[in-house]
Order: sequence, then C-alpha cells, then structure tokens
Amino acid sequence: MTATLVVNNTGPAATAATIPALRANGLVLRLGGRPVVDQVDLSLAAGQWVALVGPNGAGKSSLLSLLAGLRPPDAGTVHVAGRPLAAWTARQRAVRLAWLSQQGEAEGDIAVADVVRLGRLPHQGLFGAPTAADEAAVQAAMAETECSMFARRRLSALSGGERQRVLLARALAVGAPVLLLDEPTTHLDAPHQRALVRSLAARARAGAAVVAVLHDLNLALAADRLLVMQHGRLVADGVPADPAVRQRLVQVFDHAFSIEAVNLASAGSTGIAAQPRWVAVPAL
Amino acid sequence: MLAGLALLLVAAGLAAGSEGFSLAWGDEAALIRAIRAPRTLGALAAGGLLGLAGALAQGLFRNPLADPFLLGSAAGASLGVVAVLAIGGLVGGVAGSPLSLATADWLLRLGLVGAAFAGALGGVSLTLLLAGGAVRPLKLLLCGVVVGVLMGALSDLLVLVSPEALRGKQIFLLGTTGFLGWDSVVLLSAAVLLLLPLAVRFARVLDALVLGDASAASLGLHLAGVRLLLVVLMALATGSAVSQVGLVGFVGLVAPHLVRRWVVVTHAALLALSAAAGGVLLLAADVAARSVMAPQELPVGVLTALLGGVYLLLLLRRPRFAT
Repeated sequence: MTATLVVNNTGPAATAATIPALRANGLVLRLGGRPVVDQVDLSLAAGQWVALVGPNGAGKSSLLSLLAGLRPPDAGTVHVAGRPLAAWTARQRAVRLAWLSQQGEAEGDIAVADVVRLGRLPHQGLFGAPTAADEAAVQAAMAETECSMFARRRLSALSGGERQRVLLARALAVGAPVLLLDEPTTHLDAPHQRALVRSLAARARAGAAVVAVLHDLNLALAADRLLVMQHGRLVADGVPADPAVRQRLVQVFDHAFSIEAVNLASAGSTGIAAQPRWVAVPAL
Repeated sequence: MLAGLALLLVAAGLAAGSEGFSLAWGDEAALIRAIRAPRTLGALAAGGLLGLAGALAQGLFRNPLADPFLLGSAAGASLGVVAVLAIGGLVGGVAGSPLSLATADWLLRLGLVGAAFAGALGGVSLTLLLAGGAVRPLKLLLCGVVVGVLMGALSDLLVLVSPEALRGKQIFLLGTTGFLGWDSVVLLSAAVLLLLPLAVRFARVLDALVLGDASAASLGLHLAGVRLLLVVLMALATGSAVSQVGLVGFVGLVAPHLVRRWVVVTHAALLALSAAAGGVLLLAADVAARSVMAPQELPVGVLTALLGGVYLLLLLRRPRFAT
C-alpha cells in the first residue's frame, strides 16, 4: 500500500501547474436506454469553486457520481491529476476525490465524531490506526461545520440540518484535492448555508477544486464558475459575470426568474461580497 | 458489567439442577462436570455466536430488525436435520427399530450436528449464488427469502414421506441447550475465538456502511468483497450455533439492540459487546428454562422467543420506531 506516500506529493502545488485536477472527456451514461449524461467535456482547475446547476433530472447527480468514479460511464473518460480514474486504486482515488451524496441516506447509531472519522479511512486503510494528523483533520472539519458541540451524540438523534453538517464534515475531513458535493446545502439554515459557501471558497483558495450541485441559484451565482446542465448536456460553462451564461441559465429554467446585478459596496467586508453580485429574482 | 453478569450466571448455571438450585458443589462435582458445566459454557458461547451474527446482520443490512437467520441459514439447517432424521428413520425402520430423537444415539447426534451446520451454510451459499454475490444487499435479502421458502417446502415434503422426522424437527426448531456436551463447548469456543476477532478486524466496513453504499465505496472500500466476507463470517457463526443448540430465536436480534441502547460505540465494540450480551442472554434463558418448572425443562428457544417478543413489542412502542 503506497497510497499515503503518493498522496503527500500531490497537494495543490503539484496539480496547480498545468494538469487539471479533474478532466472529463465525452462522458456518457445511459439509464434505461435514455442518456442521462450526454457527451460531457469538462476540465476543473485547482483553486476554483464551481457550481453545477440545472433543472430536476438534468443529470447533475449522475455526472457527479461519474466524476467520482462511483459508476463506470457508458462512454468517455475521467482523468484525475492527469491519470485515468481506473489507473488509481480505489483507495488512492478516495484520497483524491471526496464525494458527498445527495440526501444523506446515512442512518445509524454511531457517534457523530466517528462518522466524521470515516473521512480519514482512505488515508488509514481499513486496518490502519488514526494518526495525530487524522484526528486534527477530523476536529478541524467538525469545527468548520459547527458540529463539535454534538460530537458524541448518535447520528440518528440529529435533526436534518445537523446531520447534513456532520456528513459535510465527513467529506471535508478527507482533505481531498477534489471535492464533489451533491446538494450540500440541503436542510441547512441561512447562517450555515453562508458558512458552507465560505468554506467552499476557502478550500478552493487553498488549492482544491470544488464542485457543488446547488439548487439555490443565489448561492450558485456566487461561485467562481457556473456549469449549467440540461437534458444530460452541459449547455453553459463560464463565470457568472458572463451575460451569455446568465442568459442560458434563465432559459434552462424556463424563465422562472430573472438575474439582476446588485451592488453591495457598503457590505463588502469579505472576499466574496467585494464584487458586484448577481441575484435570481423569481418572475412571479 | 456484562462480565460480572456472565460470572453470576455461570455460577447459577452450575447450581441449577433438575431438583432446583443447589450450592452443595462438592457433592455434585461429577454431575456438574459432566452435565451442568458444559451446558453452561456451551450456552454462553452459542449465545455469543448468535449475538455476533445478529450484530453483523444488522450492520450489513443497515436494518435494526435483521437477524442471523435471514439469508436461508435457518431453513437450510432445519432441512439438513430433517433429511438426516428421515434417512435415519428409513434405515432404522428397515432394521426394525424406528429411531426418534429420544433414543438418538451419538452417531445420529453427530450426523445431526453436521447436517445442521452444512444445511445452514448451504442455505446461505445458495442465497449468495442466486444473488450473484453480495453486491446488492436488497437482492441478497430477497434471495434469502426465496431460499427460505424453497427449503422450507422441501423439508415439509421430507416430513410427509418420513413422519418420524417431525418430532426431531420440532425439537430442533424450538432450540435446546440440553444436548450440549464438552465436545460442543470446544467447537463453539473455537468458533467464537476464530470468528469474533476476524469480524472485529473488519468492523470498520460496517461503520462506513452507515453512510450508505455509494459513500462507503467513495471511501475506497471494495464493498462486494468485504461484504461477502462478512456474510460468510455471519453464516459460520450462525451455522456453528445452530448446529449445537437448534434455532434459538431472538437472541441474535435482541443482543445488538440492548448494546446500542446502553452505549454509543463503533461497530468494533458493538460486535464484541453484542457477542457478550448474546452469551449472557442465552445463558440466562437456559438457567431460567432449567429452573422455572424444575424438574420439567422448557425448550430454551421458547423462552427466548417469548422474552424477545415482549422486548420487541416494547421497543416498537418507542417513538423513534413509531414514525
């Protein structure tokens, strides 16, 4: 098992150069004969946080699970740090790609801290003992999502929002250079949504490539880059400031909202709020 | 606490004779050595195996109502027993002295133990074969149901052909600690010593399964392989216990529940504690079965089913399960 040795050399520094953290070419996934993901090409650079948006059934979750290597595509390839996904062992892949599932199907009586500790499993292997670094990553992830105060409670005794924060901490604890999050804001209240977006941005600044499937378009419009999906295809890809991207976004959602510019110069203390912001206003 | 309870019950098990409790151990040394001691230790070990298998089943299928007999091991074991009894009955019938379990000699008993063990493992193997391995847990469960029904039908058919097998089948189905001798103690203890450490070593897989299959796979686990291994461990634990004490119900179901109710632990500790709790439960039931109606003896399986059923009813009344 040389996984841990290799891992230490592939931080942000190694991937930031020219090789994209994650690259997909011609990805196709068919379910029941219907293409759910259709010829998707995609390249993710380290240091970027990307929002993946699109109407229900557009193929966002399927695309994410293909990128995470959780199911084989019917066609196309995924490269992680320049190597095909299949060339990594499962454990090597798990160290590089952290994936958070949609709607936590997590259910059980183990303690919150032990759930978060599972994030270190790829580093330790099934039979490895936790190191001080593992425990530090676990504590940091719990602090980041504010679940340290119920670290010893059972997972099954938590509310939906609390549970989501625990599962998020589990994904963050991996410390992977690529973070793939499927609806991470589910059940979260406004302060925790804000905390989430800030920590995604911070992870990206620290050199990770972050992709989050988001339903809340106002949060998505704060991302570095928007990926818009419809009918399994990637129909727009660019910064939220690009009028063409915004126009496509409104089209894809059947003009259910308009996107307006808001200048928040007075508020601008944090990095995210410094530039003019885009907000989706429901077209009622 | 479990250890203390176990010690107390071992003492009770050694003291409980057919004429009520007796602490005159000096006078009854021979009796204790030949009958009560192996029975007590055997019950402890068999209960431990059932508790372990139950905790494995509940972790593997992520269902608090899963029990060790899920994947066709119960039906397989009873088919094995019925088959041996039917064949023994036919052979005995030809020889002129029909065999029944009451007159069962050690040869037949040995055959029964082997048949129950082989039947339990056979049932689980057939289930695994039908389900194409342990890739999809739901498919595995459904195949377990199918195998159970088929093997049940087969053993009914055998009973029809050879009615003498019915009595033996009934005793087996009820579960009994009455046949436990020193050879059983050795076998059961060996199974505990072999299976428990192995299961504990792989317990982190069950922790990861709490997150769901996809998330567990995203952590780099080869689920199909490790799940198969855990199913095999569960089948071996169940098969060894069933071959010695018959189908003792509810111990495997209830033991992990009791543990989870008291402590919040990961699966490594849950497996070990469930085994301990299972051992204590079965031994307690055995002591009760021997002494409640002494000198008459209740089949221990009837008692565990009764107690387990009441416990589950209470559990279902708790708000968490009501929603």
